[in-house]
Amino acid sequence: MPGSRLLQSESRELVAFRIGPQEFCLDIKTVREIRSWTPATILPHAPHYVLGVINLRGSVVPILNLAERLNLGTPEPDARHVIIITVIETQVIGILVDAVSDIMTVPESAIQPTPHVASDSAQAFVRGVIAVEDRMLRLIDLLAVFPPARKEGA
Amino acid sequence: MDHSSDIRATFFQECEELVEALNDGLNEIDETIEDGLAEPETVNAVFRAVHSIKGGAGAFKLETLVRFAHHFETTLDALRAGRIQPDAALLLLFHRAADHLSDLLAAARDGVDPDPEGGAELISLLAALTGADEEESSEGEAEDFGFVPLTLSFESEPAATGSGCYEILFSPTRALYANGHDPSVLFRVLGDLGQVKARLDRSRLPAFAALDWQESWLDWTLTLTTDEPEHQIDEVFEFVDGLCTLEIRALDEAPPGLPLLPDPEPAVTVDAEPRPQAPPPKPRPPEGEDSAEKKAAAPRATVRVELDRVDRLINVVGELVINQAMLSQCVQDAGIPTRSAVRSGLDDFKSLAREIQESVMAIRAQAIKPLFQRMSRIAREASDIAGKQVRLVTEGEATEVDKTVIERLADPLTHMIRNAVDHGIEPAEARRAAGKPETGCITLSAAHRSGRVLIEVADDGGGINRPKVKQIAAGKGLIAQDAELSDAEIDMLLFLPGFSTSTVVSDLSGRGVGMDVVKSAIQALGGRVSISSTPGQGTVFSISLPLTLAVLDGMVVDVAGQTMVVPITAIVETLRPQPQDVHFLGSGAQVVTIRGAFVPIIDLGAAFGHRPPVRDFSQRVLMLVENEQQRQCALVVDAIFDQRQVVIKGMENGYGRIPGIAAATILGDGRIALIIDPDEAVGNVSGLGDP
Amino acid sequence: MTLTVLAIDDSRTIRELLKEALLQAGFEVHLAIDGLDGLEKLEGLAPDVVITDINMPRMDGFGFIKAVRDKGTHSALPIIVLTTESAADLKARAREAGATAWIVKPFDEVKLVSALRRVTAA
Repeated sequence: MPGSRLLQSESRELVAFRIGPQEFCLDIKTVREIRSWTPATILPHAPHYVLGVINLRGSVVPILNLAERLNLGTPEPDARHVIIITVIETQVIGILVDAVSDIMTVPESAIQPTPHVASDSAQAFVRGVIAVEDRMLRLIDLLAVFPPARKEGA
Repeated sequence: MDHSSDIRATFFQECEELVEALNDGLNEIDETIEDGLAEPETVNAVFRAVHSIKGGAGAFKLETLVRFAHHFETTLDALRAGRIQPDAALLLLFHRAADHLSDLLAAARDGVDPDPEGGAELISLLAALTGADEEESSEGEAEDFGFVPLTLSFESEPAATGSGCYEILFSPTRALYANGHDPSVLFRVLGDLGQVKARLDRSRLPAFAALDWQESWLDWTLTLTTDEPEHQIDEVFEFVDGLCTLEIRALDEAPPGLPLLPDPEPAVTVDAEPRPQAPPPKPRPPEGEDSAEKKAAAPRATVRVELDRVDRLINVVGELVINQAMLSQCVQDAGIPTRSAVRSGLDDFKSLAREIQESVMAIRAQAIKPLFQRMSRIAREASDIAGKQVRLVTEGEATEVDKTVIERLADPLTHMIRNAVDHGIEPAEARRAAGKPETGCITLSAAHRSGRVLIEVADDGGGINRPKVKQIAAGKGLIAQDAELSDAEIDMLLFLPGFSTSTVVSDLSGRGVGMDVVKSAIQALGGRVSISSTPGQGTVFSISLPLTLAVLDGMVVDVAGQTMVVPITAIVETLRPQPQDVHFLGSGAQVVTIRGAFVPIIDLGAAFGHRPPVRDFSQRVLMLVENEQQRQCALVVDAIFDQRQVVIKGMENGYGRIPGIAAATILGDGRIALIIDPDEAVGNVSGLGDP
Repeated sequence: MTLTVLAIDDSRTIRELLKEALLQAGFEVHLAIDGLDGLEKLEGLAPDVVITDINMPRMDGFGFIKAVRDKGTHSALPIIVLTTESAADLKARAREAGATAWIVKPFDEVKLVSALRRVTAA
């Protein structure tokens, strides 16, 4: 399971972003680009957190509403939102977030295991947490976030 | 020798072409064989193809291949030389040998062991024709001409390593120079063996006025002191043997008095007399001669390009076309008048972009010929097994079709050819009784028809036995016992899943696949297949295919506010229903009356989960589509925007397949529109087909 | 001095193999696809030596040699015949046609260089 594997490098570069009051982050190596929100074409029979697909320079890229995926509410996407285009292996998927807040380098050792909070369903999608000053960044497990149908095929 | 894998790939690619040329040639000979004739140039081309395969195979040490090609080649050579006469049996053997050669190549390419038995029988048949020894190896003869050490001279050699002294009398003939030899080169190579002294004898040289420059006037006496064995000296002169008077005598010791040749390279400089000078350029040969050579068509110049690159280009050009459409829309939205320079410039841009797109698509197109050639083989094998005499005639082999379409057509076409041999063509007695030639004929043809490719498999057999088809279908519960069906409807029963006319599963067609599989394979390519059959005269299966898989003709429609595309090939007709034509059936299901038939209505908006089913059709459009089981269905769309060609975009890299959606495309405004798969969309919601 | 070789063979595979071996041996290599093509290339290239296949479409190796020898401009050009032909009279036929030397396929670099050295200043 790639999700449970932590890289043993000295330090990691992370892209930090916000959904509501919470801060999350992604390894910068999985981020291809960040772009502003464009309306997506709705996919039939898709899970509720799949906003649809957009045209990314000729490619058809699905967009996930991360807030909905993490059960953090159902914000109506608009121009204030941004899309982080992520790549894992051959999959290209965009995730809708409120804003990108920071790009930072943290030592590998700063990543702590996710505390067991039984009631928090977002825990399933968080690989670890990082304390930066008085903030807590949640490291997103991209593969867990991706729609289950794709994970079987990937 | 360890060659780069590139050359190996080149070899197998070239062999595919050679096998094609080989089959072409054999087919050409087939045409003239009834008169006992075989065009020498054609026979030679066939020979050359096998010969080239053998040559390349030798370089890669593909021994099985070399051995088989050698026997094949030897027999072809016998035909070429008129030692054996061409007849139908011989041609059949050649066809089988060509098939086997092709198998051996495939096995070598894939690194699997070829069937050892298959070749043995053919080799003995081929060898029997020429009286050749089956076990003879091609290398055995070739060795005659290799410059392997001539062991012959060894016998008189006292000690291979001992120092020896030789006197060599070398008197070239005129032909030695004429064949491009240069004595100074020979002397230098001789100098590699040891110390050479040379004495020029110009006694035969006439006065300058009488000098014929092409004649050989000079002789040499050479003395060689060497540690090398004598056969090495023979080897130096191997190529001039017969073009000069050559005497090599072993001396007891080096005779004194001869000038020592200067040591530094070249070991020999011959400056006493230059070698014959090239004559002044002659006038060009007469035009007639020259143009006769040119008449033979030069092969068309080609470049080989990786398919990936072409696909990338096709993608980018697709972007260009979309980008152009977006730009046009922006310009239009900005209210720029139609007659402005910008608009007319954009129109030019549009036609150029389209032209580029068509040209790029043409790169992917290939002649359908190799596929047809494979079918010739399938027909041969099938008729062998069925014990029928069947001739496959191909037409329109040059028709160009998208490479992927060709690849994916192989399986359905194979099945159709086998089917035609098995079920279409009657046994010989039946044909005789019907006053037909005993040899059945299957015509495989391809042609371009109004932007599509039409492929037909036509047999001159007995036609579809409709009462029997109906009886079987009823027996299998596919239709009601008393169903009233038209001839066309009965014919279409062949495409029903689970239908097989053969009560005994035949060795050929009954491989667990029926015509239904053929049909879905064709449909997956965006094609349609249809049948027409005349009792006693035969059956024609027609396949109509798009020219390319990269674009599709679509109807751009509005489905509950979403812009979607329906492939035009799926649409039978579009209609605006009158309220009195729409009826409710049970709880919520609706049907529409079309020419007296009740057709189920499916609201795509509801089917895709965008809204509850609509009940009011007054402002809406019905699209009549047909699913795989030939059942019709009326799809509800809210409006039809446009009919246009769209570039197909796969969704595999992102989300994966969505039921009811075939692919996506990008519209002029840059938004993505989903392309509906009508079969699936219908099957999913109506319960008519498999979900 | 780098010698220029014109290699003529109708088989793409053999052409590639020749090119590989000849480049390896330090020659400058030019390729032609049959005798006629070779004849055309000959004019512009003026190679030091030619290696040619025998059985080729349009103009075979013997035809090529004859044309070269008759033409005059390159009448003394060394021409090596490359062949898998196994007929016993090959040597005689090649010589009669005006070939300088011959190499039997399958060839390798050693064979090629050995033959080239005996007909050129290589």
